[in-house]
Amino acid sequence: MSNTPTLDAPAAGRPDLTGGPPYTFRRATHDTQDRVIGGVAAGLAAHLNLPVLWVRAAFVVAAALGGAGVAMYAGLWMVLPTDEKFAEGAPGLESASRRGARPRRVRRLVDAGPAIALGALGFGLLLIVQGFLGAGAVFWPLLIATVGIALLWRQADEAQRERWVDSTGRIDPVRMVFGSGSWQAVARVVAGALLIVLAIGVFALREGQMSDVYSILLSAAVGFLGLAIVIGPWIYRLAGDLTAERAERVRTQERADMAAHLHDSVLQTLALIQKNSQDSALVARLARSQERDLRAWLFEGESKDSDTLAGAMRTIAAEVEDNHGVDVDLVCVGDCPFTERLRALVNATREALVNAAKHAGTGKVDVYVEVTPSSIEVFVRDRGVGFDPDDVPEDRMGVRGSIVDRMDRHGGKAEIRSTPGEGTEVRLRLPREKSEEEHDG
Amino acid sequence: MAEPHTGPGSGKVRVVIVDDHAMFRVGVKAELGDAVDVVGEGSDVDTAVATINKQQPAVVLLDVHLPGGGGVEVIRRAQAHDTKYLALSVSDAAEDVIGTIRGGARGYVTKTITGPELVDAIKRVDSGDAVFSPRLAGFVLDAFAGSIEVASVDEDLDRLSEREREVMRLIARGYAYKEVAKELFISIKTVETHMSSVLRKLQLSSRHELTKWASDRRLL
Repeated sequence: MSNTPTLDAPAAGRPDLTGGPPYTFRRATHDTQDRVIGGVAAGLAAHLNLPVLWVRAAFVVAAALGGAGVAMYAGLWMVLPTDEKFAEGAPGLESASRRGARPRRVRRLVDAGPAIALGALGFGLLLIVQGFLGAGAVFWPLLIATVGIALLWRQADEAQRERWVDSTGRIDPVRMVFGSGSWQAVARVVAGALLIVLAIGVFALREGQMSDVYSILLSAAVGFLGLAIVIGPWIYRLAGDLTAERAERVRTQERADMAAHLHDSVLQTLALIQKNSQDSALVARLARSQERDLRAWLFEGESKDSDTLAGAMRTIAAEVEDNHGVDVDLVCVGDCPFTERLRALVNATREALVNAAKHAGTGKVDVYVEVTPSSIEVFVRDRGVGFDPDDVPEDRMGVRGSIVDRMDRHGGKAEIRSTPGEGTEVRLRLPREKSEEEHDG
Repeated sequence: MAEPHTGPGSGKVRVVIVDDHAMFRVGVKAELGDAVDVVGEGSDVDTAVATINKQQPAVVLLDVHLPGGGGVEVIRRAQAHDTKYLALSVSDAAEDVIGTIRGGARGYVTKTITGPELVDAIKRVDSGDAVFSPRLAGFVLDAFAGSIEVASVDEDLDRLSEREREVMRLIARGYAYKEVAKELFISIKTVETHMSSVLRKLQLSSRHELTKWASDRRLL
């Protein structure tokens, strides 16, 4: 009763309580990295700031004294979340982890030493207790079942961890149980299930006859089936939600990975530029290539896939830029699917680009591609030295063979206009076929 | 105040550079050198609007992507009626470029443009002309694709005349104004007229492609 005034006091007297920094709760987790069974002891030790060996010893001692340690361990394993949450490290490191590009923590036998010793100690204690008190009918089955359950739970942790890094974005029931499906996972599940069945069997054998074993197993199966029917739809719907959420997360991660990859290549480029700062041509080429990648990722969302004509043209433009150190300004108007027939046109364009890069003497080439319902036209233009088309010797294969003849062979037309001192323009024209026109949306 | 668009006695075009990357502003300033008079800078919509209102420059070099609503927002909010805007961007997304042009910019060039070309573009915009980079010309041709008829009236806002189309195609092929004029046997003045006409159509047309691009950016 006398407490009442003091209880009211904070509200009236200290209104600035909410103004302070919010207290964040430290949550205990179970540790999936440093663990012997479920990582509960390691997680608890980290949370309580105690040596992990003490905590483990305490569990073993408690387990030996009537099994309280086992119950505590199991309870904590169930309620403590895993520490495998959404990673919050540097984006590049996270991405590298997801791609498996980073060294993993290596487990050595030495790390397991104290754990093995504790385990042996616990087992010895168990035997002593049993020796003194005599084995009850439920003791061995219970022990076997406990090990079986521990194995299954361990696998559940493992599978959960695998799901965080699942990149397919779909829920796979097999994957839910077995994780990535390594032999250890399968072994854990099979051994766990067998041990539980064995425990039931041993229990039943001690209690009665063989026929009881069957009836107990049967009733267990029926019970399981009933449970599945009752909560099945609910789990199914939950799985649907989870799938959608995971798909979104996978997309986000993919984007983040792509970004990390790009930034990584920017870093490499910057390093290269520093080392080659005296080679201005190389620096310009590096910068250009990097700029193209970044721009494509940041703004265009255009693929360089060669399944459309514009995509194929972008690809060869990038290739010529990289190999010959020129800027290629590509403008595409309209687009159409890239068919085998268009390959000649793309190759002729590449040849024209390479010619311009080699002979024009300027660092810049303009390419204009226009797809109309009746034809495709390509213009490759430079403002370089130019030449007199009549002067070109017949053996200059580049222009004659690769461009003009190639276009002729494929039912197209190539025209080369050049004025010495003003530059060169190659015009390619390929009529479209009826089927191609229909394809064009 | 007698001559707000040129510096005192210098006769050079007064320019404000608006870009959220300080390094880029420095670079552009260095490239422009003495050719123009850079009277101010802005790093986001608010600072840009304040600078433009104060300086009343002749030309604003405007980044398409700008914190606070993009370059378009600057054009919308700035109180400088005689100021002309030249969009300068590294983003080649059609909807952003078209959106900025429809917002009132008189041209679009990419950030990789060379110094002399940029100076030329600034002078062109200052004198009331439109500036089309090959890429913008490509966007225009894409947007106005299809429905061209030789007989179509020039005043129809939703289509390009045959001549305007030819000019755009040459620009997209990398031709300079002078070269376009020579190629088509017309005067540079006529080329400029065609360009301005295309710019006007780009800004005023209600063609589906353009309104779609603009509505994606909520620019209508």
